[in-house]
Amino acid sequence: MSELLIKSIFQENLALSFFLGMCTFLAVSKRVDTAVGLGLAVIVVQAITVPVNYLIFNLLLIEGAWGWAGLPDVDLTFLKLVSFIGVIAAMVQILEMTLDRFAPRLYRALGIFLPLITVNCAILGGSLFMVERHYDFEQSVVYGIGSGVGWALAIITFAAIRERLKYSDMPKGVEGLASAFIVTGLMSLGFSAFSLVTP
Amino acid sequence: MSLKHHLISPLIGNNPITLQILGICSALAVTTTLSTAITMSVALTVVLCLSGGVISLMRHHIPPSIRLIIQITIVASIVIVIDQFMQAFMFEMSKRLSIFVGLIVTNCLVLGRAEAFVMRNPVLPSVLDGLGNGLGYSLILLIVGALREFLGTGGLMGVPLVTTVAEGGWFEPLGLMQLAPSAFFILGLLVWLVRVLRPEQVEQPEFRLKAAEDRRP
Repeated sequence: MSELLIKSIFQENLALSFFLGMCTFLAVSKRVDTAVGLGLAVIVVQAITVPVNYLIFNLLLIEGAWGWAGLPDVDLTFLKLVSFIGVIAAMVQILEMTLDRFAPRLYRALGIFLPLITVNCAILGGSLFMVERHYDFEQSVVYGIGSGVGWALAIITFAAIRERLKYSDMPKGVEGLASAFIVTGLMSLGFSAFSLVTP
Repeated sequence: MSLKHHLISPLIGNNPITLQILGICSALAVTTTLSTAITMSVALTVVLCLSGGVISLMRHHIPPSIRLIIQITIVASIVIVIDQFMQAFMFEMSKRLSIFVGLIVTNCLVLGRAEAFVMRNPVLPSVLDGLGNGLGYSLILLIVGALREFLGTGGLMGVPLVTTVAEGGWFEPLGLMQLAPSAFFILGLLVWLVRVLRPEQVEQPEFRLKAAEDRRP
């Protein structure tokens, strides 16, 4: 389990080695405090949606799941995209309402980032990887938490580097997006060194 | 705004990847070889055109409060068709693209265009806009894919073009090009190139240091 956790945080970091959630990663990383907010939101949503999608996939969609109803040949796996994205949208909505009711300060801090998470491909990607790699329930819980933490770690570090980059004197065309890409590339190289880390 | 404008402007002037920063995830992940880049480009262009057409047809009937969910559902249905099609007729390729065909659902390019353009325009311009943006996206993907495959393996589309050192030739394949970071570097340099050619695309910084300003001519 700890092996999977370490692997999903560092070696198989969703942002830096699978490029998932890159649009948000580049767009919402200009300041560290917003990056921390978004990172926390991603961890929570990812830790909930991956296990929930595991249950939905294995109890409702997988071939033979409807055997108890006398329909052993029904294979609904082609519906996984629609149902996963539905679960994610619903989870984000529920989380938004719960936070609004019980933790209004956190809700205000996260603000517009919560709805943005619905279309963050790191979340859907996590669920699809869970299916593709045939994780069991425990593994999917660990993977959900680990991949969320990995993504948050990447965006917070990146935002911190970007804040410092504002003070550097770069050629005109490199400022902004081009420098962001190159810095992400260097970070990705750095993270690939973690492949030597074993628990 | 002529119809031709919708098709031409996203190619370089308003390119979805280098200027709009949309659809980057897949652009980076599937470009290790040219053939995966081509497949992904075709799949995304088809999804963009179809979703543009369908959402534009329904635009007067979609209530604004739940439009995101409806758009995602439409896009997801189209992507499922493409995904199933690829699994049926191009199984090897669909294995290599792994989850990235499914991830077209959350590709911000598709939703971004739906939100920014399709919801306010009739069917024909919407389809053309989808096609134009798809082609702009494909252009970048093909450049990055070709560069990475050629520098990384010394061939294109799996056909060797120059003899590598391992086979007695002179070309030393650059292993880095097959790894994740190289995609970022190439895309960064590409953005730089576009912005040198089109200086109006450079985003204005929030502030500029005085010392840096003085040194600038």
